[in-house]
Amino acid sequence: MSRSITDVWVGLFVLLGGVALLFLALKAANLTSFQLVDTSYPVVARFDNIGGLKPRAAVKSAGVVVGRVESITFDDKRYQASVNLALQSRYVFPKDSSLKILTSGLLGEQYIGIEPGAEEKLLAAGDVINQTQSALVLETLISQFLYRSAADSGSSTPAAPAAGAGAGK
Amino acid sequence: MNLLADLGQATRRQLAQLGQAARLFARLVALSGPTLRRFGLVRDQIFLLGNYSLAIIAVSGLFVGFVLSLQGYYTLQRYGSAEALGLLVALSLVRELGPVVTALLFAGRAGTALTAEIGLMKAGEQLSAMEMMAVDPIRRILAPRFWGGMIAMPLLAAVFSAVGIVGGWMVGVLMIGIDAGSFWSQMQGGVDVWSDVGNGVIKSFVFGVTVTFVALYQGFESQPTPEGVSRATTRTVVVASLAVLGLDFLLTAWMFSL
Repeated sequence: MSRSITDVWVGLFVLLGGVALLFLALKAANLTSFQLVDTSYPVVARFDNIGGLKPRAAVKSAGVVVGRVESITFDDKRYQASVNLALQSRYVFPKDSSLKILTSGLLGEQYIGIEPGAEEKLLAAGDVINQTQSALVLETLISQFLYRSAADSGSSTPAAPAAGAGAGK
Repeated sequence: MNLLADLGQATRRQLAQLGQAARLFARLVALSGPTLRRFGLVRDQIFLLGNYSLAIIAVSGLFVGFVLSLQGYYTLQRYGSAEALGLLVALSLVRELGPVVTALLFAGRAGTALTAEIGLMKAGEQLSAMEMMAVDPIRRILAPRFWGGMIAMPLLAAVFSAVGIVGGWMVGVLMIGIDAGSFWSQMQGGVDVWSDVGNGVIKSFVFGVTVTFVALYQGFESQPTPEGVSRATTRTVVVASLAVLGLDFLLTAWMFSL
């Protein structure tokens, strides 16, 4: 077996393996959107209830990913969840932007939505955002609905059977 | 009394085998420097183990991708989630099927070739002849094959996964008619380079070491007779496959736990 011929074939084999890995990384995974030069600035947000939010969840504004959730901790002085966000440096937001926890799709993962405010001063690294809206908790919603139905049925009698039937379901 | 004595002897024999295997492994690792310096031998082994396995790996990957796509579609469309097919195929291949199936095929194709070659060398007293000439057979024969298998496996697993994904695309988009855009975008959104593809590469590397080492050990310790060589060859496939599946469980539990 001539040395140079095996060299060529082995080289081609290694090249094929490398191309396959590259294909997996670029086309199948999210390397292209993975910022290799990771420029982001940290922002802290406080929530009453984060629901099912997990670290590495997306932070989106107008539906476009503008950052990531870095970590979630519990602040036991304020009894609130303290979420560390990393927002990409190329996107800036006003200081009075508000945050909401939204769900992508019906059974989707939860993410944070930023709604820009109106101030001229911008968010800087290390700022704390307090205008936040917690995640929707199913039990709270149901109890609200039941309470409202019970209140309606108590105040107006004709609506009672319908409200009773609705609450009974 | 006899039963107890037999049990004791069998246990001692197994422990001795385990110790022998560990010593051989340590020797192979210790010879890494000299082996890599003489890369010509390793390159020849990569050619014999890698290039020659490429055909079976690529074709198997293609068909596994086809089947994954079909079965995945039948199940997903019952829940209206047919667009997630790309994600299903990609994650199954990259995380599990790529490394494991490649390792099993590698054990069957390259592992048996290694065991048979070294077993026949032992039966033909070539290894003893080398020792007589003050050429260390482990350094000359075993170590290059160890490194050849270790380098070839991850590349083969990557080729398997990539060809499988392309096969999945062919059945899902071309044959069934799922939207190509959502096929690829769901996949790109759900597969993470470091925790999915990266972990798959780590797995294939570990499996490569396992399969190659089992093949080399079985060949090196085989009985120098024709039946001994054939028994060692079948034992390679069995032991390597079980080891790969067991390690796969351990690695998955460790890597993908929340």
